[in-house]
Amino acid sequence: MLTYLGKRLVYTIPIVIGVSIVCFGLVHIAPGDPLVSVLPPDASEQLKQQMMKAYGFDRPYYEQFLLWCWRALQGDLGTSIATGRAVSSEVLRAVKNTLLLSFVATLLGFFFGLLFGFVAGYFRNSPIDKIASILSVIGVSVPHYWLGMVLVIIFSVQLNWLPPTGAGPGGSSDWQPDWAHFRHLILPAVTMSVIPMGIVARTIRALVADILSQDFVPALRAKGLSEFGIFGHVVKNAAPTALAVMGLQLGYLLGGSILIETVFSWPGTGFLLNAAIFQRDLPLLQGTILVLALFFVLLNLIVDVIQTAIDPRIQRS
Amino acid sequence: MTSVASLLPKDPAKTVAPIERSPGYWSGVIKRFGKDKLAIAAGILVLLLILMAVFAPLIAPMDPYAGRTIRRLRPVGTTGFPLGTDELGRDMLSRLIYGARYSLMMGVTPVLMAFGVGSLIGIVAGYVGGKTNTVMMRTIDVFYAFPSVLLAVALSGALGAGIQNALVSLTVVFIPPIARVAEAVTTQVRNRDYVEAARASGANGLTIIRVHVLGNVLGPIFVYATGLISVSMILASGLSFLGLGVRPPEPEWGLMLNTLRTAIYNQPLVAALPGVMIFITSISFNVLADGLRNAMDVKV
Repeated sequence: MLTYLGKRLVYTIPIVIGVSIVCFGLVHIAPGDPLVSVLPPDASEQLKQQMMKAYGFDRPYYEQFLLWCWRALQGDLGTSIATGRAVSSEVLRAVKNTLLLSFVATLLGFFFGLLFGFVAGYFRNSPIDKIASILSVIGVSVPHYWLGMVLVIIFSVQLNWLPPTGAGPGGSSDWQPDWAHFRHLILPAVTMSVIPMGIVARTIRALVADILSQDFVPALRAKGLSEFGIFGHVVKNAAPTALAVMGLQLGYLLGGSILIETVFSWPGTGFLLNAAIFQRDLPLLQGTILVLALFFVLLNLIVDVIQTAIDPRIQRS
Repeated sequence: MTSVASLLPKDPAKTVAPIERSPGYWSGVIKRFGKDKLAIAAGILVLLLILMAVFAPLIAPMDPYAGRTIRRLRPVGTTGFPLGTDELGRDMLSRLIYGARYSLMMGVTPVLMAFGVGSLIGIVAGYVGGKTNTVMMRTIDVFYAFPSVLLAVALSGALGAGIQNALVSLTVVFIPPIARVAEAVTTQVRNRDYVEAARASGANGLTIIRVHVLGNVLGPIFVYATGLISVSMILASGLSFLGLGVRPPEPEWGLMLNTLRTAIYNQPLVAALPGVMIFITSISFNVLADGLRNAMDVKV
């Protein structure tokens, strides 16, 4: 197990370096001068040179990259051009909100996905299976930003039950565990949960059907094990894959929350990205994407390790 | 005289069956697909959407760009404007019809381009193997390490808004998954006996790739790629929804959804219409791709 862990870690290092290079490159694929949003359009050539030097843009790329990495390792992701605050503190505040939203959405989606998937897999080709299959196809095909709008129209505009935007009363952006804040969480979380629900239901349905068709199931039945006991075996066999899907989905939601956060004005990383893009705040864009991408890499690593730890069939070669 | 006729076997089952060619792969595919009613319905819907996009100028009752503020945000069912008007008084029906042009183009093009580039990368990496494979696939893994929405937003955010930049970003997003599938399938095919036999009989690498590898590999990759179109539709419209893809005043469903967001209090039904179109398109492509996968018996 330890050697596997070591190998998996070693394999992750080039990925982390690659991801950093891509994030670093983002500023340089942007059209025009990297300073275009800082400098006034009528800046003198001398001022421009000074600023280039101050930001380190006059050095060769590899030097800039190494310097950027060195600072990032110390938790310094640069300064936001729009607000003048440290990028790391902005990202940290936003990440908390996005984590909360994605986590609740993953749990919700996972619960219903498992439910539909198990029922559909157990009663294959029954009407329940058909309904569950239709729901999972809808889950993966629905444009979730539109679903968010529809939910706002129904539950905020028409019924006036839930608030349409924000993370708390009076535009507060820090989450607290009380009812007033919880009400703001419901609509975005439900909207977001539809994607993992569809994918989990699809995966689990196929998985359960596959497990039930294996030889050990009739053997257990012949042995006189109750249906409940057999269910236990199915769960045990499905768990590693289910966990892996859940981990990956959490990662996708973390990175993909921008659309839903825009619909609900949820003060998370997606909202931050949106602001960064339209104010051409490249350090903020770069920093946010780096943090989210590294989160995803880390999550993949954790999922792999847990999966190997609980499933002895996976070869640790 | 009738006795002769009565001697002839009447039961057709007892007659000797004519020699039939065993049914080929494609006739099996068509047969299986023909039984899948849902997939056929989805295929017809996709076809209708494509026709709608191609013949938009003939079908659309009005100019999709012509707006008048005095008739802005009319409800669904207004005479002359069966689906209402948008926030600038433009006919919703005409804009939704024209929107198929942009939305389909923005959704399908990236997958097609990624199919070309991704297949090339995957097949070369899978066929050559060894160090080349490791270098190519590890590079692909870096892009695979980003969640797809994040990568699309990051790239088009850095490149700036616009159709071209959105298409490039989405293509980059879809290359890694396609390349991975192409590599996996090619590696399998490469080790088959018939490839070994071809090599032993003196065929060179290019001939083997062209004759033996491509024929067996492109089908599964294509099926996998069609499955990505529905994701691509949602993502492409999503980019326009964020203001990163198609720009106003062009009629694109995602962009229309964005500009109509402020209208959810006055005309909720009109505001939700463009999303219905995205949903129908995406679910049709999804069901069609599922049907193709089952009919072609592909497991990727």
